[in-house]
Amino acid sequence: MKILVCMSVVPDTTTQIRFKPDMNSMETTGIQWIINPWDELALTRALEIREQPDSVVTQVSVVHIGLKDADPVIQKALAVGADSAYRVNVAAAGAMEVACQLSEVVKKEHFDLVITGHDSADYNGSAVGEMLAELLDWTSFSSISSFSAARDSITIEREMDSRTETIIAHPPCVLTIQKGIAKDPRIPSLRGIMGARSKPLLQLEPIPCTGTSAYVKFENPAPRSKCRMIDPANPEELVELLRNEANVL
Amino acid sequence: MSVLIYANHDAGKFSKSVLELASYAFALANQTGGQVTALVTGNPAGSELDKLGKYGVAKILLTPEPGGRAFDNRAYAAFMASAAQASGASCVLFSDGSISRAVAPRVAVRLQAGYVAGVIGLPDSIEPFKIRRSVFTGKAYGFVEITSPVKVMILARNSWQIAENPVTCTVENFVPEIAVPAAGFEVVKVEEQTGAIRLQDAEVVVSGGRGLKSGDNWKILEELAGSLGAAMACSRPVADEGWRPHQEHVGQTGKVIAPNLYFACGISGAIQHIGGISSSRVIVAINKDPEAPIFQFARYGIVGDLFQVLPVLTQAIKKLKSE
Amino acid sequence: MNFELTEEQKMIQQAARDYANRELILDVLERDANSIYPAKHVKALADLGFMGMMVDPKYDGSGMDTISYVLAMEELSKVDASVSVIVSVNNSLVCYGIEAFGTEEQKEKYLKPLARGEMIGAFLLSEPEAGSDATSQHTTAEDMGDHYLVNGTKNWITNGNSASVYILIAQTHPELKHKGINALIVDRHSPGITLGPHEDKMGMRSSDTHSVMFTDVKVPKENRIGADGFGFKMAMMTLEGGRLGIASQALGIASGAYERAVKYSKERKAFGTEIFHHQSVAFKLAEMYTRIECGRLLCFHAAWLKDNHQPFGVASAMAKYHCAETAMWVTTEAVQIHGGYGYVKEYHVERLMREAKLTQIYEGTSEIQKLIISRDIFSH
Repeated sequence: MKILVCMSVVPDTTTQIRFKPDMNSMETTGIQWIINPWDELALTRALEIREQPDSVVTQVSVVHIGLKDADPVIQKALAVGADSAYRVNVAAAGAMEVACQLSEVVKKEHFDLVITGHDSADYNGSAVGEMLAELLDWTSFSSISSFSAARDSITIEREMDSRTETIIAHPPCVLTIQKGIAKDPRIPSLRGIMGARSKPLLQLEPIPCTGTSAYVKFENPAPRSKCRMIDPANPEELVELLRNEANVL
Repeated sequence: MSVLIYANHDAGKFSKSVLELASYAFALANQTGGQVTALVTGNPAGSELDKLGKYGVAKILLTPEPGGRAFDNRAYAAFMASAAQASGASCVLFSDGSISRAVAPRVAVRLQAGYVAGVIGLPDSIEPFKIRRSVFTGKAYGFVEITSPVKVMILARNSWQIAENPVTCTVENFVPEIAVPAAGFEVVKVEEQTGAIRLQDAEVVVSGGRGLKSGDNWKILEELAGSLGAAMACSRPVADEGWRPHQEHVGQTGKVIAPNLYFACGISGAIQHIGGISSSRVIVAINKDPEAPIFQFARYGIVGDLFQVLPVLTQAIKKLKSE
Repeated sequence: MNFELTEEQKMIQQAARDYANRELILDVLERDANSIYPAKHVKALADLGFMGMMVDPKYDGSGMDTISYVLAMEELSKVDASVSVIVSVNNSLVCYGIEAFGTEEQKEKYLKPLARGEMIGAFLLSEPEAGSDATSQHTTAEDMGDHYLVNGTKNWITNGNSASVYILIAQTHPELKHKGINALIVDRHSPGITLGPHEDKMGMRSSDTHSVMFTDVKVPKENRIGADGFGFKMAMMTLEGGRLGIASQALGIASGAYERAVKYSKERKAFGTEIFHHQSVAFKLAEMYTRIECGRLLCFHAAWLKDNHQPFGVASAMAKYHCAETAMWVTTEAVQIHGGYGYVKEYHVERLMREAKLTQIYEGTSEIQKLIISRDIFSH
């Protein structure tokens, strides 16, 4: 079984997000880029399965759609154990373009199973996995919290809104995973870091894909306002504000 | 703009988020001159269907559960896309949840439509179609321009007020003429969710500090958490004292969480603690000390005695939830 | 001249930082309070390759350069210097000593498991009567033909109990003074070795420090490192690298305290504003930052010299002297910036301050470093 893990590269989650003065794009200077944390968990689980004795998984590769400056982050995926990496050399504007480029890689390289994180920490789209599945006309499972592989089937747990299902499915398929699939992402060993250099990181040229959406402008959220004090004798007011002002109830 | 919404229901009952969705769809259709159609699967009671009309849905397409018992992303997407085509919708809307995240992106591919999740309001402009959504986990907003004739969107939770807009609502049976391949998988076990909510995943967290005075006093917090469907957490001293298990310790040396809503009860707000909760969307602080640093970080604050405030608060929330 | 780190160096730095922030931080306070040896961390760091960082991969090391070692030591020390001293001793004293001067058999038998971190090593130089002055060794290794017979006591031995392998510096030919000293590889469980009690230290409380007593301990001849009488030179050359390890540790202690002080000063308010708006705090942070950056450059320079096979003894002495003094000063001021919070354990800076003190003392006191530097000034 050949597994492909799709990874997006996002600003470190502690980053203060800033935009260029025209507010049309993100200010990228000084940003530390990381593997999207959910994609990293997907990779971690794929590697765990591959490393089990007598594993049916013969290959775990990663793929990223983006430009060369992402290579150091891709190297980390190789350092923690991925066998090879692909990067399609295009700055994709939206999830649809990303999925379109991915579908080409999956078809060309004959992967059996594609895994993506359920949410990317930047634009929070969580759409790529399902779009890819539709383009490939594959079965797909989202909100996956547990995953193991047998000879010609996989066993997964899917978290629906109010229930957890255990499912036996057969590749090819696409899994979109959420937290819980693996504990912590791996820290690369020094040997892994040095070994990453000699693993293949293939740059592929993009196929023509049309996008249907793009970000045209950004806006900073309003600054944290002063604490609004509520009369202790009237907690109902708090409930009202949480409901109608903050929209969290 | 004709709008199709997916009105999913839980055992025949439409949730608040579906009614929000209908209200939003009505506003969107109204802004652009069109009507709202809802796709409903299965067989909810007529009185429930009437509700949709009350919130602006002019037509209901009633369709049998696609794909049989097991939820199949591909089959649902095929149904939705076919319903969108049948109703001539140029906008397909979902409320946020595990089903919509599973289906909407596929529908977008089928309809060659632009896709936006996390929508928090009406479009800024229709031509070109520009709409605002939250990005970077709430750290910023982004404006997305969709260039395709059809749009597929997911409305963010709690981002639209429910509003009654009664219209005449007709119900049609809808049987799409599509071939959906067999699911090819088997659900071997179903576990209905019960019991405690995982702290890191929780949308709402109720947390207690030294102000609770003793582990025996936790009941009032548990009741508050119960009314909110919230997970429980605590500050470091509480875990150190053994009042609560260490797994509940939130802070720099404990768990770091980012719920939508965080109640800090009797927590002074040491920097260590703030480090673990600062990404929360809304922080509510309840403390008897008006100088407690937690109030610098909170959006709402109550200076008062926990043992008096919390039970009243719990009642108020219960009342709201039962409405 | 190039001040840019390579991608690999950045990744190693990040790996060490991730380990420290994800794992060491969890139990550092408890281990400090109760002097608990960090066995599981030593194992985990060994698995990641940090126990034999610079050892040639053919001896199961990670084959890193010294810059990478400085980066890793700094990151680990920001959170926990008790752990980083174990890393430092194993890497720059024990592994280095055997790799640079040992025989092929010694490397096969000892270096490989040490580099894998399956064995931990200790370096036994200090004595009750001789800390800084290594020229006079009271511990004796009497030549008995096919073996040495060792008697004496060594003090302040980091990893004293947890080590499986000792590198022991002892006197064989007292009449030849320092030219009669030998370095021996000694199995920690040899008959005749007894340990003094666990030292109850001010800081670095999670590393195990003991005195080690030798009574008629037999050490095979083939365990001698280098020619007869090479021990003093071996020790001095090895300590040049050891100093750089401790310099990087002190650098990490300083930058760990500094980072906490910066964070605190952005959060803590006094007189209606965050305290970093007060010049007394802001200028202090500016001075900390500058001194730390000086220390970092000194460490990098010494590491660069070592990697380029140039003499680096004076450079590492300057790095250690400067970084140790900086660590002491920065941690003291970081406690001051934290005020009362700085004096309680939860905020870590008081611990870093206790740890900083030792960097001025061990592996050559600040005074000894100044001696090395001043001798160099006047030797030309």
